[in-house]
Amino acid sequence: MADISSDFLGIKSPNPFWLASAPPTDKKINVMRAFEAGWGGVVWKTLGSQVKNVSSRYSAVDYHGSRVMGFNNIELISDRPLDINLKEIREVLKEFPDRAMVISLMADNTKESWHELIKKVEDTGAHGLELNFGCPHGMTERGMGAAVGQDPEIARMVVEWVMEIATIPVITKLTPNVHSVVPTGLASVLGGTDALSLINTIQSVTGVDLDSFVPNPNVAGKSTFGGYCGPAVKPIALKMLTTIAQNETTRKVPISGIGGVSTWRDAVEFMLLGASNVQVCTAAMKHGFRIVEDMIEGLNYWMDEKGFKKLDDFIGKSVPTMTHWEDLDINYHIVANINQDKCVHCGLCYIACEDTSHQSINLDYGKPYNKYTIKEEECVGCNLCQLVCPVDDCITMVEQRKAPEYLNWKDYQRLGLPLNDH
Amino acid sequence: MSITNFRLTADEYEANFADIHPPFENLTAALVEANRCIYCYDAPCMKSCPTSIDVPKFIKQIANENIKGSAHTIFSSNIMGGGCSKVCPVEKLCEGACVYNLMDEEPIQIARLQRYSTEKAIANKWPLFIRKPSNGKRVAVIGAGPAGLSCAHVLSREGIDVTVYEKEAKGGGLMTYGIAAYKVTPQFCEDEVEYILSIGGIEIKYNQELGRDISLTDLQSQYDAVYVGIGVGLARQLSIPGEHLDGVVDAISFIYDIRSKGFDQVKVGEKVAVIGMGMTAIDAATQAKRLGAKEVTMLYRRTQEEMPCTEVELNIAKLDGCRIVWLAAPKHVVGDEHGKVKQIVCSTMVLGEPDTSGRRSPVDTGETMTLDVDMIIKAAGQMPFENLIAETNLANQYGKITIAENGVTSIDGIFAGGDCVNGGKEVVDAVQAGKDGAQGILNYLMVG
Repeated sequence: MADISSDFLGIKSPNPFWLASAPPTDKKINVMRAFEAGWGGVVWKTLGSQVKNVSSRYSAVDYHGSRVMGFNNIELISDRPLDINLKEIREVLKEFPDRAMVISLMADNTKESWHELIKKVEDTGAHGLELNFGCPHGMTERGMGAAVGQDPEIARMVVEWVMEIATIPVITKLTPNVHSVVPTGLASVLGGTDALSLINTIQSVTGVDLDSFVPNPNVAGKSTFGGYCGPAVKPIALKMLTTIAQNETTRKVPISGIGGVSTWRDAVEFMLLGASNVQVCTAAMKHGFRIVEDMIEGLNYWMDEKGFKKLDDFIGKSVPTMTHWEDLDINYHIVANINQDKCVHCGLCYIACEDTSHQSINLDYGKPYNKYTIKEEECVGCNLCQLVCPVDDCITMVEQRKAPEYLNWKDYQRLGLPLNDH
Repeated sequence: MSITNFRLTADEYEANFADIHPPFENLTAALVEANRCIYCYDAPCMKSCPTSIDVPKFIKQIANENIKGSAHTIFSSNIMGGGCSKVCPVEKLCEGACVYNLMDEEPIQIARLQRYSTEKAIANKWPLFIRKPSNGKRVAVIGAGPAGLSCAHVLSREGIDVTVYEKEAKGGGLMTYGIAAYKVTPQFCEDEVEYILSIGGIEIKYNQELGRDISLTDLQSQYDAVYVGIGVGLARQLSIPGEHLDGVVDAISFIYDIRSKGFDQVKVGEKVAVIGMGMTAIDAATQAKRLGAKEVTMLYRRTQEEMPCTEVELNIAKLDGCRIVWLAAPKHVVGDEHGKVKQIVCSTMVLGEPDTSGRRSPVDTGETMTLDVDMIIKAAGQMPFENLIAETNLANQYGKITIAENGVTSIDGIFAGGDCVNGGKEVVDAVQAGKDGAQGILNYLMVG
């Protein structure tokens, strides 16, 4: 079996699966259960100044019968007294010395309060710190959380305060509620952070109740913007992760990937795009800590199949394949092919292509089953038919290069080749 | 052995005749199934429905929690979509064509989803249709069965005032009188008819029979057009010795009695033979068992390959404990000294060459088998009202009225459709025939 142990800035864990700073990591009882279930590490729910939470706190987006495709919360940082949290952290560390224990922090906006908090936390023996520059609700109004993460200069200043005193590794967690995560990421790295993690939640309104007219979650007839996460945000998280993994400065520090990781497959995708490990929350909140079992097994089998011995063998492997649009090969051309033996005659490819793409599919009416075939000369190789087809491998995209040589958009223009050939 | 009623307790009757269609318990359950539907384009299920219900659309509407819209979609194509969702042989219609079959997966439970929306609409009396203001045109419909009611509803929507003449005391036709009670309960049939009538503009005159209380000529003179939807009714005779002995009944009247008299009033034997293997034969056999018969044996002169009922139907009979004997053709009925049925003697058959229907025809082996029975239910098909039709001068073939497109008959202003034209098909076919006939009438009256 492959070695899936992880070393993140010297913080060791038996696997790269950590629980993100969130309700599942806010007290000893949860974290003990998580470690018993097999999680490699946790980021303890953010400690800071005393807050009070409201009820209710969560809402979700269901899609076509699938619950909690997206998840939203308006919960603040830990509302438990700091001393209790510190005491429990110590106790868990003693029970599970082999697991990563990173503490999320969000102090008031003064150097002194950050220093005071860090000293207390380091005293527990925790392995690392994560700076919460990302929380999009509740704390921002107090000049904390995303309010820090959205301003690169403030972020850098706070990171510098932290680095003055921190003796254990520091991870800075980035907010996605910005035009680009790179400026704050860069500022944090320049400020001295040892690592970055992303993404925090995305500001959202998950829906409006059509009877009460109040958006959810409903708190006594009012709602407020929350933080969105879960499977729905994964593509956005992967994009932001990639930009950090591509930047020549930010890519020098390890990255902890967060945002909709639910399975070993998701984790592998984050790691292929540059994350050294991943943090999980929503999937655990939906199914409990037991999901880590298959994350471990699935990762192991996949690494064995691909011949990877350790995590570093594939971390970041896909980053070089992400390029600029104008560098893509225009001579590469694919055409859809429908396997008539597999086709179930649902017509989804036809109506998608006919109504919304390139009218490249023939329809021969039959009763009750129509026959669908590709007009190869019309097909632009957009993939839409393949994406909507309900049958695996029924529609395949077959390569039919326009020309053997690589040709990108810049060359295309330079050579004055014809536009609108379709 | 004797034929008797009151074989069971009230609770047993209730349990035996409870609706066999399990409803979706709640919206969530319906949503799980609705979300399985992949929303095919030019969908095979829709094309396999005689009334062309837009199945993907109504299922999508359930998934979108637009239940009223879903019911409207169904009823727009089939005003008896509620009843059809209970009695249609969907395994050979919509569900049989579902693309999931081609993926070797269970088809979408289209009928069950259709029941979900239509039952809600009927129970809550949702007013989904508003008729156009009356345009003064008047049409008579003969027969308040699926064809007649379907025709009447379309006409009323277009502002025509419709009078329906029905020979029975209740509407619904075979839905009400000719189908197993556990498939569609008498209460549901009443509610469905009431729901159809709730659009207004349709009056039903009950206990009015063609040829007895009304005549086609009179109706022709009183109305702008007439639609004939009188169905079929006469049970086909076996033409074998002993057929008229005490204890031989026909399935149509047996089922009619179950539907109209109350379960405990219907007499059933201890050992019952049912002749035939169509839907009606199944309904008769299963209900004989459910009324308390000890043994029910279904006799069919061909094999399972050729049987007219679907496998789903056959399985209901098997699960009810009915015995099936293939390749047994009734030869004669033996009576006792009181003229009561004692035995049925059948010729044992083998399959020979295909006949005109394409099915291999049974050939007598010369051997016989004898079965001790005290009741025989004949379900060998129904025949058109040949004499009644002959008196009307409508062009016909052996009593089946001849029509051109849209129900146009040989007599100007008279339209026809349903079982009286096709000789007896599914309820859903009759509903479509009613729609076609209504279109013919609208064209004729130049309305719409």
